Formats: sequence, structure tokens, C-alpha cells
Amino acid sequence: MLKQIANIEINVNDEGYLTDFSQWNKDVAMEIAKEEGVELTDEHWKVIDYIQEQYRNEVPLSIRKVGKSGVVSIKDFYRLFPDGPLKKATKIAGVPKPVSCI
Amino acid sequence: MQKLLILGAGTGGTMMANHLRSKLDKNEWEMTIVDQEKTHYYQPGFLFLPFDIYKPSQVKKSIKKFIPKGVNLIRSKIDRIDADNNKVTLEGGDVLDYDLLIIATGAHIAPQEIEGMLGSGWHKDVFDFYTYKGSKALRDKLREWEGGKLVVHIAEMPIKCPVAPLEFAFLSDSYFKHKGMRDKVDITYVTPMSGAFTKPKASNALQYLLDEKGINIVGDFNIEKVDNEAKKIVDYGGKEVEYDLLVTVPTNMGSEVIERSGLGDDLNFIPTNKGSLQSKAHENIFVIGDASNLPASKAGSVAHFEAEILEENILRYIKGEPLKEKFDGHANCFIETGNGKALLIDFNYTHEPVEGTFPLPGVGPLRLLQESRMNHMGKLAFRWIYWNMLLKGISIPFVSATMSEAGKHFEEVES
Repeated sequence: MLKQIANIEINVNDEGYLTDFSQWNKDVAMEIAKEEGVELTDEHWKVIDYIQEQYRNEVPLSIRKVGKSGVVSIKDFYRLFPDGPLKKATKIAGVPKPVSCI
Repeated sequence: MQKLLILGAGTGGTMMANHLRSKLDKNEWEMTIVDQEKTHYYQPGFLFLPFDIYKPSQVKKSIKKFIPKGVNLIRSKIDRIDADNNKVTLEGGDVLDYDLLIIATGAHIAPQEIEGMLGSGWHKDVFDFYTYKGSKALRDKLREWEGGKLVVHIAEMPIKCPVAPLEFAFLSDSYFKHKGMRDKVDITYVTPMSGAFTKPKASNALQYLLDEKGINIVGDFNIEKVDNEAKKIVDYGGKEVEYDLLVTVPTNMGSEVIERSGLGDDLNFIPTNKGSLQSKAHENIFVIGDASNLPASKAGSVAHFEAEILEENILRYIKGEPLKEKFDGHANCFIETGNGKALLIDFNYTHEPVEGTFPLPGVGPLRLLQESRMNHMGKLAFRWIYWNMLLKGISIPFVSATMSEAGKHFEEVES
């Protein structure tokens, strides 16, 4: 389905995740972040960059993997993206939420 | 004489030995396979062992039995792979040269990755069922357990057979019902994912199973530690879940050999081309099964489908022809739902599991994403197929390596 984000029409799924990564830009990220109650700082952007790089390389994400990446500690990851850090961070980064096979 | 070396005689390695021995000229290619174990375990059986559905003898056979004539079997631990010099050093110091290497060293649980998991409760009230030892110890525990809080838990993805813990929860419900003590057992399923089901089709079709069986779900739980004293697991966000019996799937990692050899990622999985199964770093190294970092499920069925494609690609590589990037991530899994029923799912890199029939379009006899007794019979029959056909490289009628879209109810879905 289509959603108006940062003045452009963006393809998203039922949960609001982008379905076309090429439509992502920083304005889109900031608007989604606002909806999630997150204000993006430099620390957030570093994490977003890391997540997008993993996505491009088709590396599955997990919280512990993010914690071991050297980009952010797990405690800080929770501080930056409270409640469900991976769910929120992937949504803001414009990449799919980690899923299992069913 | 050229040398083909296979590391690991599990599902993937054994299949490749069988596939390739009949294809490669014995006068041109010497084949060797190395494994530290003497026993080949039917790992899907580890799900049934705790519930006394399978006996130990049904899930293990000798590795030797499945290695074809004309392939040298060496029983040894592997020290390291020197990929730049095409050499593998074994634990005792023996060195094996190769022209072509197939890595099939698999994945295993790494409970030491989680603080407290290997603490005082390990194999007393904290169990895994991904090892023969763990599964058997859990069987003994369940036989005498008087009930309480049963927590079925996944530490982090990826894991081998991502549906196994869910099957474990379903089978627990049946098991305790049959023992007449279901009212004494509280079953909670704890996962780092958003819920038990993460794909829309499966969620819609299968949510009822959780309701029907009274299984509580705790999602988005990223374990930080096991507190053996207080008998609870704690997540990084501060959430806690208490247990009397914790059945966990710890972090899964590739072999330490891969780490020692500098060939893996941070979980020791080998970066591999997801279509051709060639290692990204070395063109004469191919990877099959759980050892790779492919974004496919870590499951025997995936290794099985990969084997057919890898066989073709290795023959192409030997002839100097370009490889085909043909593997589509195809997986095909039975999911036990308890009470003598099972589901069947069929999916690949791009398609989520949907409803339909399998393997014959419109006919079945197996139904996808729907519970049936036939599917359960299929799952039980599969053990025979595994030992007698799959490992030996005999193809299963009507089941193709790449996923067939016929007979399946696809609709245009936004991925």
C-alpha cells in the first residue's frame, strides 16, 4: 500500500515497513522516526548506516549481532530505540523487519 | 590425480560424496571426506526423542555406512583450512592437499554465548534439544517432571530448523495432555522475533494453533542472561520470564574450524554466493548446508536441494564452464502440530509459505500450510527417506531442487 511520507508516496506494508528500499531517504527516515517517538541524532544515524549495510550484504540481523558490531552496545541500542530496538531501527532504516520462515 | 576434499560427513557432506563419486572419473579424481564423529545423527529426530516418540536407535547410524566406495573416510578433528595454499591440517598434524574443497561443517549450538546458560541448571532444568545428549537428557527429565512453567525459548536467529522450537511447544501440549497433566503445565514460547509467526500468510493460517493449545507468547525478547538461582531469563530491555523447565535453542554458530581458518563471519558462517554456492573468497571452495551464510533456512531439506545444484556447478567448475546461479533458497519442511497431525511448508528466498498442494499441483497428496494426518505420516516417513534415499543421493520423485509455483495459492503480495 501507499503512504504519504515526507511529501512523497512511499510503498509500505501493513506494519508500515518500506517495501522498496530505493524509496528511502533521510527525510523519510526522520518522519518515520517521529511516528515512532524517536528523535534522530548522530548516534542513531550510525546505527541506521550499519543496518542498511547489513541489509545490502544480505546479512541477517539480530540484536546481539548489532551489539557485537562495535557500532553501538546493546544497552545503548535499547536507549536509542526504546522497547523494540531492532523493529524500530529497521523500520526507520527502510529495511524489512527480521523474519523467520513462517 | 586431482583431489576433492569434503569437510564434514553430515547431511550435506554425505550427499555430496554420493552425488560426486558416481560422476567423477575414479582415475582422475581422488575423493576424501573428513569428520570427527563416528555416528551420523538424524537431527530432525531430536525433536521426537524427548517425547519418547522415537527411540535413540532410530536417530543414529554409522557415518561409514553412507560413504560410498571409492571415497576415503578419515575420522579426525580438523585443525584449520589454509585456503591460500589449498591445504587442510588435521588435529594430529596430518596435511591434506586439495584441488577442490567442499565445506559441510554445519552449525551447532553455542550456549556459552549466553551468560548463565551453562550454569548450575544446565541439563538439570535448562535443556537444549539440538544435540543428541541434550535431547536424551530432556527425555529423562520429561519422564519424571511433575509440571510447572515450561518455557520454550529461542536465543537469536539464525538457528537450524527455525520451526523446531514451535513444534516442541505443540508436541509438549500433546504430551502433557496424554499424560493427563496438561493442567499442571503452563507453556510459554519466548522468541526474539515479533511473534511465533512472522509472515502474514502463516500468521493468518496458524494463529489458531496457539490459541487452541493454550500457548502463551512472549515476543521481542532478546536474552541477556539466564538467572539459574531465581530461575528466570532476562532480556536486554529488562523483561523477565520465569521458568521451572527451560527448553532453549541457544545461539547457533558455524564450526570453530571456520573461525580458526579466518573464513567466516562473526557467527563462523562462510560468506557464500547464494545462487551458485561457491565461497565468495575462494573460487575452488564450495559450501553446502548450515555452514554457509545463505539467507535460506538452515535445514536438511535446504542442503538436499543445494546438493543437486552444487553437483552441477562442481562439474561445470571442473570443465571450466561458468557456474549457474540457480539455487533459489528452496526449503520444504514438515511442522508437527501435535495429536498426530502436521503442517507442510514450501518456500524459497522470495516466496513465503502459502496454501496449496504438494508435490503434485492440484493433487497433493500433501496439503501446504494446513494441518493433516497425512502430513504427519509424511514427516514420519521422511526418516526412512532420509536414511535410504536422500543421503545416498537418490532423488525423491516429483520433488525438484528449485521451488515449483504450480498448485500453490500465490497472490500479488508486497514483500
